[in-house]
Amino acid sequence: MLMKVKTDGLVLEMRKITKSFPGVKALDGVNLQVRAGSVHVLVGENGAGKSTLMKVLSGEHAVDAGEIFFKGVQLTHQNTRAALELGIAMIHQELSPVLDMSIAENIFLGREPVRGKKDGFSLLHLFVDFERMATETQTLLDRLGLPYRAHQKMRELSIAGMQLVEIAKAISRNAALVIMDEPTSAISDTEVAMLFRQIADLKARGVAIIYITHKMDEIFQIADDITIIRDGQHVGSGQAGDYDQSSLIALMVGRTISSIFPKEIVPIGEVALSVRGATRHGVFQDISFEVRQGEIVGLAGLIGAGRTEVVRAIFGLDRLDAGEVWLNGQKLELNKPTDAIRHGIAMVSEDRKAEGLVLCRSVQENISLANLERFAPGLFLDLKAETASAEHMRQLLQIKTAHLNTVVGTLSGGNQQKIAIAKWLLRDLKVLILDEPTRGIDVGSKSEIHKLMTQFAKQGLAIIMISSELPEVLGMSDRIVVMQEGKMRGELSRDQANQENIMALATGAHA
Amino acid sequence: MSVVFPTHIHKTPTMLTNIKNMGYAEIYRKYGTILIFIGIFVLSAFLNETFLTTGNLTNVLRQVVVVSLLACGVTFIIILGHIDVSLGSVVALTGTIAASVMSLTQNLALAISAGIAAGIVVGLINGYVITYFKIPSFIMTLAMTTVARGAILLYTAGVPVSGLGDFQVIGQGSVGPVPISVLILICVVAVSWILLNRTKFGRHVYAVGGNAKAALASGINTDSVLRRAFIFNGILAAVAGIVLMSRINSGQPAAGVAYEFDAITAVVVGGTSLMGGTGTITGTVIGAMIIGVINNILNLMNVSSYWQQIVKGVIIAVAVILDVKTKSGSARKKA
Repeated sequence: MLMKVKTDGLVLEMRKITKSFPGVKALDGVNLQVRAGSVHVLVGENGAGKSTLMKVLSGEHAVDAGEIFFKGVQLTHQNTRAALELGIAMIHQELSPVLDMSIAENIFLGREPVRGKKDGFSLLHLFVDFERMATETQTLLDRLGLPYRAHQKMRELSIAGMQLVEIAKAISRNAALVIMDEPTSAISDTEVAMLFRQIADLKARGVAIIYITHKMDEIFQIADDITIIRDGQHVGSGQAGDYDQSSLIALMVGRTISSIFPKEIVPIGEVALSVRGATRHGVFQDISFEVRQGEIVGLAGLIGAGRTEVVRAIFGLDRLDAGEVWLNGQKLELNKPTDAIRHGIAMVSEDRKAEGLVLCRSVQENISLANLERFAPGLFLDLKAETASAEHMRQLLQIKTAHLNTVVGTLSGGNQQKIAIAKWLLRDLKVLILDEPTRGIDVGSKSEIHKLMTQFAKQGLAIIMISSELPEVLGMSDRIVVMQEGKMRGELSRDQANQENIMALATGAHA
Repeated sequence: MSVVFPTHIHKTPTMLTNIKNMGYAEIYRKYGTILIFIGIFVLSAFLNETFLTTGNLTNVLRQVVVVSLLACGVTFIIILGHIDVSLGSVVALTGTIAASVMSLTQNLALAISAGIAAGIVVGLINGYVITYFKIPSFIMTLAMTTVARGAILLYTAGVPVSGLGDFQVIGQGSVGPVPISVLILICVVAVSWILLNRTKFGRHVYAVGGNAKAALASGINTDSVLRRAFIFNGILAAVAGIVLMSRINSGQPAAGVAYEFDAITAVVVGGTSLMGGTGTITGTVIGAMIIGVINNILNLMNVSSYWQQIVKGVIIAVAVILDVKTKSGSARKKA
């Protein structure tokens, strides 16, 4: 049964929410109180637990402990979906509209008006009343001041346009709470202004908004209240006026660095890789940095800052629109990964399942995949040499697998990651790009991979590491390049860098 | 630094329950095809006394050759996660071209070369159009089905080609007790097996089929792998076409209808996943034998050919269901 309790003007109250996943406590006693007619900004680093909290709210995850009240009604995992339909609308980071349907069809998706009278049974109920759908949609769009026609295909709209239609949909459902997850991450300034007008309008109607963002200026522009979470814990809540940029950043990152990184100071050699003015229109602009032999350069930034896109271009997976990549004083033509690999540039992708490994094949086949010409100088593969090399890698990286012919997909994340690295080590490498090398793997494997990175650096390899974990960036890098929204915001030496100044650059705070 | 010896990953308390729960899926994945073949073979021997005679078994082999040749080629395509539904028409096209050259020149080597050249051209077209325009292989080869059939009907005006001289030796001749066509099949199976298991190309086929993005990021030219597989597949379709036309001693432009269905059934029954990345030539050969034995025993027992069609359809559905079920079984084990 749904139970009513006193609400104190709160639309949503989440109390002491705790949620664990195997090996991690994602949320630990988090509180969130959202007032009606307010914008409540939720901030925290990558992986702080913001998305998990929202997934708990949407019923995607069941809580281990804690209570949720929406409009004074307690939500349990069982009734969450029903309650959601009563008044919570989520606008996801990645929108999923039906692109080839009209705006009207998208707004009424799943609850299309039908012909005939509402009461009683009629065969007419089988047919959608498109006229009513169109007129109601148009009325709604006009009322909100959105410059679209109801019959327009969703595909014709910009991302911001789709977001605005999502908001219109939320309004048409009389949502009392709208959740926006980084809505401005992919839209232009004028579109942001349009979005903010709609948010103001929603507030005026008494709708509450939970707004997740990383952008400092945005936070203080629209926030009424702010809640900060860090490492799954609630570290502060209050009115926006109680905070300023630096206090907010301090709260977001203010953890002590507990893990010890096996960083050793290695003699830094000549410039190996030099990226000059690299640009991909609409993705990243004018990126320039150098990596020397034996040096680990950390690319820091928030998710979506364009770091992965930069290294994909260096590896030849995407083309540069402008700019150059030089290796050991030679300008490179990089049109496909083969070009990069030939010059000794290797990349371990952030998504090892999608781009790093062939999961349905064996450990040995995956290790030798990038090196087959070495094992097949003639027509046939030298299986003995291949097995010997794979065995060598297994021992070098301490890959824990029963057999070399075990299917990679059955191994743990840490072992998979070692295999994704191992496949490059049989080559004569100059530059190794590691994109989130320790994401989603256990602590033990993590430190083993850090040790390997130190070993590689000692051997004179130039290493680029992307990491969204600040302690890892600070612990392993000799130099740190910080990106925000596709642009380089700064470069910090190992001595200069700390969590606060990286986060300030990554969020575009005015230092 | 001490080297830690790899620990045995199955050494968990749940090992016994794993074997109990996953036993059937594991056994099917490893030995399913061969067990099914043995089962059907033994059953057939009991059902009909003619089945086990040398004459009949040689007959089964002869009948199974054409489909097996096609199945070997299309195994590469299916491991790549693609499909070729044009095989039947390509068999007619290439076989009839070979027959026609034979009839015109009476030169066996020239006839065979012409047929194989036609197969290469078909493979080139399929491969290049699919990789260049990025269209699904199903659609491209569906188009090729009618193009190849139309082309050969146009060329022959729909009239079978006769006067083939020595052409029949390929399909009807024997070396000792062994039919030449069976020898050809043995060679093709050997070459296919070596290609898939002992060459760079074979590894690339598995990698591209298992994860094309990872293959690309490992420096593999994925388009080229697909094109070469389609060329190989075209060559084997031509070999099958030549063997077929030679056996019936006539260039039949209308022959080979629905052969692709038997070939794909053989591959799938042989344990190759339609999702790509896994599969073996030995499995395919056994799969083809299973289909051949089932056809043979149904014929021996005078079961109507209409029923035979139904049986074949059911077999392919069951094989795919088993593939999906045993896959999800191993996925559950992973989690």
